[in-house]
Amino acid sequence: MGPFVSPFDNLLCMLLGISFTVWFTLLLVFIIVPAIFGLSFGIRRLYMNTLLKVFEWATMRIERGAREKNHLVYKPYTNGIIAKEPTSLEEELKEIRRVGSSRDLNGSSSSPTGSSHSSSEFAVSDIFYFCRRGVESIVDDEVTKRFTAEELESWNLLTRSNYNFRHISTRLTALWGLGLIIRYCILLPLRLTLAITGVTLLVVLTTLVGVLPNGRMKNFLSEKVHLMCYRVCVRALTAIITYHHSENKPKNGGICVANHTSPIDVLILASDGCYAMVGQIHGGLMGVIQRSMVKACPHIWFERSEVKDRHLVAKSENKPKNGGICVANHTSPIDVLILASDGCYAMVGQIHGGLMGVIQRSMVKACPHIWFERSEVKDRHLVAKRLSDHVEDKSKLPILIFPEGTCINNTSVMMFKKGSFEIASTIYPVAIKYDPRFGDAFWNSSKFGMVNYLLHMMSSWAIVCSVWYLPPMSRQEDEDAVQFANRVKAAIARQGGLVDLLWDGGLKRSKVKDTFKEEQQKLYSKILVGTHEDRSRS
Amino acid sequence: MGSRASSLLREEDIEEIKKETGFSHSQITRLYSRFHSLDKGENGALSREDFQRIPELAINPLGDRIINAFFSEGEDQVNFRGFMRTLAHFRPVEDNEKNKDPNIEPLNSRNNKLLFAFRLYDLDRDDKISRDELLQVLRMMVGVNISDEQLGSIADRTIQEADTNGDMCISFSEFIKVLEKVDVEQKMSIRFLH
Repeated sequence: MGPFVSPFDNLLCMLLGISFTVWFTLLLVFIIVPAIFGLSFGIRRLYMNTLLKVFEWATMRIERGAREKNHLVYKPYTNGIIAKEPTSLEEELKEIRRVGSSRDLNGSSSSPTGSSHSSSEFAVSDIFYFCRRGVESIVDDEVTKRFTAEELESWNLLTRSNYNFRHISTRLTALWGLGLIIRYCILLPLRLTLAITGVTLLVVLTTLVGVLPNGRMKNFLSEKVHLMCYRVCVRALTAIITYHHSENKPKNGGICVANHTSPIDVLILASDGCYAMVGQIHGGLMGVIQRSMVKACPHIWFERSEVKDRHLVAKSENKPKNGGICVANHTSPIDVLILASDGCYAMVGQIHGGLMGVIQRSMVKACPHIWFERSEVKDRHLVAKRLSDHVEDKSKLPILIFPEGTCINNTSVMMFKKGSFEIASTIYPVAIKYDPRFGDAFWNSSKFGMVNYLLHMMSSWAIVCSVWYLPPMSRQEDEDAVQFANRVKAAIARQGGLVDLLWDGGLKRSKVKDTFKEEQQKLYSKILVGTHEDRSRS
Repeated sequence: MGSRASSLLREEDIEEIKKETGFSHSQITRLYSRFHSLDKGENGALSREDFQRIPELAINPLGDRIINAFFSEGEDQVNFRGFMRTLAHFRPVEDNEKNKDPNIEPLNSRNNKLLFAFRLYDLDRDDKISRDELLQVLRMMVGVNISDEQLGSIADRTIQEADTNGDMCISFSEFIKVLEKVDVEQKMSIRFLH
């Protein structure tokens, strides 16, 4: 049997060999090399426009199909489920009472002391306001929907974006199937290869650069290496990025703030310029990348530990770690980059006791770079100091910060943590807006893990986004950090076409602080008591 | 994920909910996707924690009372039917459906809207608002900003004004009487989009 099989075997090997060579040569020639030099052949734009035409056709088919079958088409609530009237507590209560009392005057039988006798004392009907507001927020609220994927106007042939996808027409189903094959059999392997190439290059090259002595040569090389690798990585997601107003690009010694939707925000910004990064330390793959990056140029990584992570950390303490920096967050849902000085967890200090703490401290000493643990409250000042030191050194790269502190689904901008705005320095705001039609860039970190998320991204059509560099802003004299943060936030929201929200993005994980409720109570009490004072005076 | 959401809501269910609550087909599907996104446990039912996760509700002084209104006694889960039944109280009253079926009172009638508000005060579900219950609800609404005496006098006056049979409690019929002149239909309605 042997002699008969071996020629066939040889042929198979040869074919495989040839196809691999061809595959890699094509990759190298058409993607990696242009990527390294930052060129584009316009293939991606063409691809994008074709896709848009296909989506349009598909939506049309769905609507026609639904009309024929007399089905109602599911329309996503882009304008909300309900119409809310934005009235304040005071106005609303006055309105309720006014109606009550004016009818009283008109009606012949007015009750002797009822709701009529004062326009603003407690009335049983006051509860209507709270009740309606409460139920309205159950039906539709501003915050929670920012943490789930945005709903789309038209279907983009990804099953996960249409809530009631049904068999509508054979041609449409065939199209969807074709799309599935293209996405999983052609795009996904292509992107995986690219991603692996990019990340390997990044790790290897940054480590190599890290060996060089500090100096201009190192900085220059490090910048080139980073840019090159990010460009390859961006190709791995077929990201089509439009940069607007590049003249406002952050310069050295500044802080760049942007809204945060997903870990790839970093990639998108970094492929157009180098940044020093501030963020939490990750374990796993991310950890490897971070550690090698830190060697090449100073980034700031810190650890974000949540209260629930205590157990995880406690467990990992017992396992010997070879040179592991920090694996505390290895299995927990995490965001990539976060502003260092957002809220503090009092309990975190305890986490880093014991063996872990020793390892951490020695690592800090061994490594001259600015990464730190976020543990005690006093660390906040340390963070601020390190940031401002970094900023003052004009030779260092601008720092990239996502002051929202968490990923939002790119329909709104949420509260900016004030930390980065306390440092007196120029802020370069950046707005990133993804086009949700080609794939959802939002990372719902409480639902999907990092790898799962990346697979989602790589099996989507493309990542299309716009980046706007806004003119630099600096803090005015009569402004405090919070006001300044809000001003920057408003600018980003306006440019990106996002809803400007006051709510804290941290609500994704934690509950609202009681102080907000107390504020509401105070407001209502003022209406009640204010009148009492008036009455006693009169 | 998407396909699962639709398979859970069958066409028959929609029809039944439509009949019971008066919501339209598209309103039901939209509210279902809202229900689904609130349901973090993905078990087809909402718990109290699921509601408390809505920040705007959590800062509502009466948030806990409103959440409570969704749960029948002794239950700690509410399914989509129950969820819709409670929401139906807040549908605006439309002219063409006022006298549709005189035998069945629609969930969004004036009476039912008032009953919903009454239940928010009636903590122990004994169909009476006692002075103590009124005080507790008032305390929820004002927090620590008003003294006990002041609040006590507010409660006393409110009960005196409403109480007609002298039992120092507000019964539902007395409650209706007090709010006779208030435009309950409008104040207890939410404009659901079509």
